[in-house]
Amino acid sequence: MTDTVLHLDRISKRFGALLANDAISFAVGRGEIVALLGENGAGKTTLMNILFGHYVADDGSISVFGKPLPAGQPHAAIAAGVGMVHQHFTLADNLTVLDNIMLGTEKLWRPAARKAQARQRLTRLAQDFGLAIEPDRTVAALSVGERQRVEILKALYREARILILDEPTAVLTPQESQSLFATLKKLTAQGLSIIFISHKLNEVLSVSDRILVLRAGKLVAERKTRETNRQELAELMVGRPIAEPKVEPQPCGEVHIEIRSVTTSDGLDQASLTLHGGEIMGLAGVSGNGQTALANLLSGLSRQASGSLHIFGQDAGNWTPDRMTIERIARIPEDRHAEGLIADMSVTENVIAELYRDPSLNRHGFLDWGKAHEFAKAIIKRFEVKCPSPQARVRLLSGGNMQKLILGRTLSLDPRFILACQPARGLDIGAVTYVHQRLLAARKAQASVLLISDDLDEILALADRIAVIYRGRISAPEPRKAVTIKELGLKMAGHGFGEGEAHAA
Amino acid sequence: MRLEPREAPSLALTLAYPTLAILAVFVFAGILVSFSGANPFSVFTLVLKGAAGSQFALFETLTRATPLIFTGLAAAVAFRAKLWNIGAEAQLYMGAVATVVFGTGLLPLPAPLLIPILMIVAAIAGALTLLGPAFLKVRFGVDEVVTTLLLNFIIVLFVSLLLEGPLKDPMGLGWPQTKKVIAEAQLPKLIQGKRLHAGFILALIAAFAVWIINARMALGYEMKAVGFNPRAARFAGMKVDRIMLKTALLSGGLAGLAGLSEVAGLKGNLTLDLSPGFGYAGIVVAMLALLHPLGVVAAAIFVAGIFVGADAMSRQAQVPSYIAQVMVAAALLAMVTALMFTRYRIRWK
Repeated sequence: MTDTVLHLDRISKRFGALLANDAISFAVGRGEIVALLGENGAGKTTLMNILFGHYVADDGSISVFGKPLPAGQPHAAIAAGVGMVHQHFTLADNLTVLDNIMLGTEKLWRPAARKAQARQRLTRLAQDFGLAIEPDRTVAALSVGERQRVEILKALYREARILILDEPTAVLTPQESQSLFATLKKLTAQGLSIIFISHKLNEVLSVSDRILVLRAGKLVAERKTRETNRQELAELMVGRPIAEPKVEPQPCGEVHIEIRSVTTSDGLDQASLTLHGGEIMGLAGVSGNGQTALANLLSGLSRQASGSLHIFGQDAGNWTPDRMTIERIARIPEDRHAEGLIADMSVTENVIAELYRDPSLNRHGFLDWGKAHEFAKAIIKRFEVKCPSPQARVRLLSGGNMQKLILGRTLSLDPRFILACQPARGLDIGAVTYVHQRLLAARKAQASVLLISDDLDEILALADRIAVIYRGRISAPEPRKAVTIKELGLKMAGHGFGEGEAHAA
Repeated sequence: MRLEPREAPSLALTLAYPTLAILAVFVFAGILVSFSGANPFSVFTLVLKGAAGSQFALFETLTRATPLIFTGLAAAVAFRAKLWNIGAEAQLYMGAVATVVFGTGLLPLPAPLLIPILMIVAAIAGALTLLGPAFLKVRFGVDEVVTTLLLNFIIVLFVSLLLEGPLKDPMGLGWPQTKKVIAEAQLPKLIQGKRLHAGFILALIAAFAVWIINARMALGYEMKAVGFNPRAARFAGMKVDRIMLKTALLSGGLAGLAGLSEVAGLKGNLTLDLSPGFGYAGIVVAMLALLHPLGVVAAAIFVAGIFVGADAMSRQAQVPSYIAQVMVAAALLAMVTALMFTRYRIRWK
């Protein structure tokens, strides 16, 4: 390793009973890409927030370029040369690239003269690091990959020498990710150091020089990238051996869902898709391309402006969420906090939310709470939900247990069709495996499953057929064995969608 | 300094902060009383005596609490579903208008028939008064805080118009007041010769009924769910708009009953000073009760006691009875603050 630019010494941070960071120490060298690998909740983001001054560590110290970094001051971190690219961009959509970069960096007097200077500096930076960008385009007109480039340029403009990237590929297509990795290599060639936060094994392996694995707040392992492999990293991350899901081939049944050139006001554009019983259809796509609109349509939350929707052979164009539950359609919402659960109500109150209208729980408007508690207890047991009691408020549950609760509620309908939107998002590997097993079990029971996911690995592991959604249109599904990641990536970027091609990033 | 949520507040803590809150109110009010030159301890003793020191005082307090229970329930029902009904005052007056329209001789029926009918029309009048703002809210997203609050002024002016015109008592010597309700429409007194009337019993029944709705019925469950997270409620299949409108009907109906109870139980006719702000005080009552219907009864008696007791005290101690309003307002602020501290702790950086 070359000379050390950043040194973290025994950083600890506690939130209530949770020890988010437990005496974590590591160093980053000049020109090095260090990956911080760990599951959600392992403490990666907390650690970086401490480094960047958003949180104050309970214990430990940080030094940058040999000088101690004062705690809790983002400005000090920036001044010391630390730059952060957040997972969710912090750009103003209605301003130009140049304005965004000046915003919060340059002082506000004599804007015209400063702007000319800033433009020069930006152009030079962009040339030096090979980050092509047009300073005068508004951010709203940029693709996601380009926006990320702006974020990186913003950090470079502030003379960052250590760049932190928090889950940078979450919103990128595979091709955009590759181009990001190339950019990162160029940056390190110029002497920058990079901390790359991720939970995706493949990209960590392809981009980093060194990998630090965090688990439950502790630094559990450190590996040179070329001396490790996927399997080892996965086990280090989870702390025990894991098995990949097995998908047994089976013939598919009759048509369950038929979407015929549906257009909706919230983003579908003549989308068509057919699902059969006993199959898992994977819907890939960069987030924001109409997945939510499709989910809303199939949840009964929105109506089609044109086209038709048939479910189990019936016209379902005007079905409400209520009707969906009656027809035994299980809906796993994309956002379990906003749509799936009511955090301030109890486990029992949440699990009956779809069923309380049923006469078994509801006698002339009076609810049978005794039965409801029994039902909740049964779900807690069957779906291995960790919670103190059925009366506990859902807010106190972890993300994985919340998802199990939703699964329990919705799979207890004995569903014929499962709409699974990002079912594994934010879960640790153990919980992900569990969710996947449940989906495969439903498939075996001849249910149809629509798996909408940003995670290509998830889709490739589970789906029988794969379709891609791009700007509200859905490509013709292909059997999983017939597709490659490269082809999917191209489709996700809009190739093969007719007029979309010209805009491909 | 910042706030950090507590994971599971202990029972001792949950009780300690509200107790502290009440103490803080007395300390604060005591300081104000000393400013006016009186001894705080003797003043508080007088307030307590005036509120509950005699049979007369106790009945006065319960009489005063009756409309507050109704308006408190109205606020509690609505707030639980996050329908911010600030218009109980208007709904109370419309309930009173319905009572005098039907109760002053239009329906010559015996009391066992007439009183239930009056209850129904008063509740309907109150309910319809809130239905408009609720409809605007669910249909067009109009803020109900604004519409219900402003409707209070419109309705009070409308009642004033009625009192000067169609509902004016021809025998009233020109005063803006309606005719008295007929004998069959009057709620019986609970005790001969006292002012406490059957409206108090109705209020207790209403509180019990709301408790049953909240705790046992699907509607109560739906209102709670819609209040906490309307998006998730809709996703799960609840008809959020319809539930909102039902909440409005229930809340407005309860406030309408306050109008009936005051006219048919106490005043006999409708004047513009029927309510000294019962609709607004109901909000305080509901908040003090943490929106629990049985808590509303206790909070209403507490608030009524302070008002009645302060009136009695001011006659003897030369301290303005405004101290009652200061105490009630301070109690609300202290209680809200105390609640926050049971849920959060302060961390100093």
